[in-house]
Amino acid sequence: MKVNSDIAISQSGYVFNPQTGESFSLNPTAIEVIRMLQDGKRREEIVEEITSRYEVSQSAFLCDLDDFLDMLHQYDMLTNE
Amino acid sequence: MSEPFYTIAVTGLNAVDNPGPGVPVVRSLREAQSFGCRIVGLCYEMLEPGAYMKDLVDVCYQVPYPSAGTDVLLVRLKEIQEKERVDVIIPNFDAELFSYIKLKPDLLRMGIHLFLPSYEQFEARQKYNLADLGASCGLKVPRSFNCTSPEEFFKEKWDFPVVLKGKFYEAYVVRDKEQFSSIFSRLVSSWGLPAIVQEYVEGTEFNLIGCCDGEGRLLAAVPMRKQYITDKGKAWAGVTIKDATIVGLAEKFVAAGRWRGAFEMEIIKARNGDMYILEINPRIPAWVYLSTAAGVNIPEMMVHCSLGQSVEPCLDYKVGKMFIRYSWDMVVDQTEFAEFSVAGEKHNRE
Amino acid sequence: MEKRRYERPLIKPIKAMLPGKVGTDAYLSPVLDIDGVPIERLMREYGSPLFVFSEEKLRSNIQSAKRAFSTRYPNVQFAWSYKTNYLDGICQLFHDEGSWAEVVSGFEFDKALQNGVPGSQILFNGPSKSKADLLKAVQKGAFIHIDNLDELYLLSEVADECGERPKVALRVNLDAGLSQQWDRFGFNYENGQAWETLCKMERMGKFDLKGLHCHIGTFILTTKAYAMAAEKMARLALRVSQELNVRLEYIDLGGGFASHNTLKASYLGGPDISPSFDDYAEAITSAIYKVPMKASELPMLVLETGRALVDDAGYLLSTVLSNKRSAAGRRYTVIDAGVNLLFTSFWYDHKISPAQPYSKYFEDVTLFGPLCMNIDMIREYVCLPLLNRGDHLVIHNVGAYNVTQWMQFITLRPNVVLVDRKGSVSLLRNAETLQDVKGKEMPIK
Repeated sequence: MKVNSDIAISQSGYVFNPQTGESFSLNPTAIEVIRMLQDGKRREEIVEEITSRYEVSQSAFLCDLDDFLDMLHQYDMLTNE
Repeated sequence: MSEPFYTIAVTGLNAVDNPGPGVPVVRSLREAQSFGCRIVGLCYEMLEPGAYMKDLVDVCYQVPYPSAGTDVLLVRLKEIQEKERVDVIIPNFDAELFSYIKLKPDLLRMGIHLFLPSYEQFEARQKYNLADLGASCGLKVPRSFNCTSPEEFFKEKWDFPVVLKGKFYEAYVVRDKEQFSSIFSRLVSSWGLPAIVQEYVEGTEFNLIGCCDGEGRLLAAVPMRKQYITDKGKAWAGVTIKDATIVGLAEKFVAAGRWRGAFEMEIIKARNGDMYILEINPRIPAWVYLSTAAGVNIPEMMVHCSLGQSVEPCLDYKVGKMFIRYSWDMVVDQTEFAEFSVAGEKHNRE
Repeated sequence: MEKRRYERPLIKPIKAMLPGKVGTDAYLSPVLDIDGVPIERLMREYGSPLFVFSEEKLRSNIQSAKRAFSTRYPNVQFAWSYKTNYLDGICQLFHDEGSWAEVVSGFEFDKALQNGVPGSQILFNGPSKSKADLLKAVQKGAFIHIDNLDELYLLSEVADECGERPKVALRVNLDAGLSQQWDRFGFNYENGQAWETLCKMERMGKFDLKGLHCHIGTFILTTKAYAMAAEKMARLALRVSQELNVRLEYIDLGGGFASHNTLKASYLGGPDISPSFDDYAEAITSAIYKVPMKASELPMLVLETGRALVDDAGYLLSTVLSNKRSAAGRRYTVIDAGVNLLFTSFWYDHKISPAQPYSKYFEDVTLFGPLCMNIDMIREYVCLPLLNRGDHLVIHNVGAYNVTQWMQFITLRPNVVLVDRKGSVSLLRNAETLQDVKGKEMPIK
């Protein structure tokens, strides 16, 4: 699971998908998660990192992460390579 | 840079196919002889074209919709005022005028001046009160009915077609019950209750842009005949005309109600020559630049009036000036859109 | 290392036609306490969901309403509308502020008596008064507002049987220029019904005619309607005095003042368009003064406004149960307060605030209640910060009609508390238990 390489993310969390022409905004947690995906981190690593730094339980974050990844899929931002 | 120099904020930069008056207002302000200005755009949406017109607008800020409430708008205007030191706001939407009228004292304390009708004047010309206003000023208004449900209207047994209008915006000629019901629900979901039914009068449409000082004195009145009307009912071309009867209607209106601010009258001349007032809009119309080009700069006048400066009436204008509206594709980099949508502000010029 | 505050990841399409985040940012400031008592503590101690009433707000509302009217008119009396909220604690507070009781059933009548209201300070309205109700009202010396002729004749029988003269007022309905005219209660003004009934009552000679009553509708946003109603009522009172030679003690303009809620069909928000008490008072009193009555003959002005006095003093605290997505990807959030508790969500877009700090990131949400019923939706479109299971919300302006029209349905009704002026919290009504509901059921023999 990888983020499309064409996708550009600005520091402020603005995302432009040049393949579809759509734009999105991200909050800081989403920016972090996308950066980790771009770095090729696996799901378990992302969970580990976020829960070690933020006040959130593993199960609660997993629930949010799955929802977030679903949305990235829906917006055509992930590839399965 | 000409002296004096003012910072003026305007709304309605949505120069789209059903345009807001913001862009032509700014264009008029840029041509003002009596002052120089910095223009602050107040935008509801990130694609308002005026926000991308760098020659006209210096900086833009997103502002909350009127439906979010005046307290929220005030918070946002305070933030903007800390950065911009705005002297005058010219609001250009009907739906926001209520909020600005309400906030007038708060804004004045912040150093922001407005030239607006009173709440009572604003209410009196609402579509749902227009019939009463016409009666009190001696102006003819088509028969109208404030409608809270289609069934209620059908009981009245009017003949179709009729004109069906939203509380604030939009008007459609409706030809049968089915169309009535569907347009009614659409209008009500956008603008709330009531919707207004008006008798359909056939004839020639004229508009008049005017400005009045709040003491019953007409400062400007420029009538225009619509030459081409779009499917949204907007003039796409029009020409200034000389018609004392139409100017006379404006005089009646301002004398009776001592209107304060700019206004637009929509008039229809029926086949028998009777003049009906279809609507009185409490603000500058989108075709205001025609009036500026014809020698009467109403936005410039509004700035002076807002600041409490005395203004001489300017009732002479060039007859036979014509406007032809056109659309134009601006090209910008998507980063501009990004800046505006993420930061809520967009800096066109330093 | 201390962990940072978590916010779930959010990706939001930027739609050109929607307001940007700035557009709604300031809409919500978090509500962390009610009159100084932390929400978190209230919910820990009294559970969730929880109705909370503010004594400060209740008292300041009735006081400012009284000020608005009594600075403009010599003789003003408020009567607390029981059906709006008849929790004893709330009623007693209004009685303590000098309000009489306005009741519309035998049950409410008894409640008012038990709250220590003397019969002579009870106005008995409504279309359903039984013979027993009428007898009690007569014996207690209450003011009976006559709704229909059947009731008038029934009252006449009661008067004969008990040998007393009932104190009565006539309920009048009239055209106040509103699109919807309430003509199901009382007798019509314009077609002469009201006048004929007044004459009939006098001819019957069994009643003490004390007043006139009308109630033009509910959530009336235009003060003009009250001006029309007040003038017609005052003219009718003058005619009664001139032609029937009865000096009326009061005219009662009912209630119907709008609160700060936002009606679903309204474009502008309730706080912006609801008239103030001063606006209503100005319209009503100046309309009465148009009618040529001597200052000494001005009848007492009775007001039965309920909603505008209690709505913004009531809050419903609730907890997020779950987040999910619609088939099309829209955010759905389920909370533990549903339409069983918040009947008014059928016609208002209640203001909803988060009860904990939040960032500047928001999403569009449809907010559902906990019932296993499709209709259980609190807000169809609302912009909220990123909520997680267990987060708290404050639903505003719930003080009117909810704790009377709520349903025991699917689940039990929760605690209702009052935060008093000293900041202490007391129960107004205990949460229901299974036994409360089962206790009324009878075993099959």
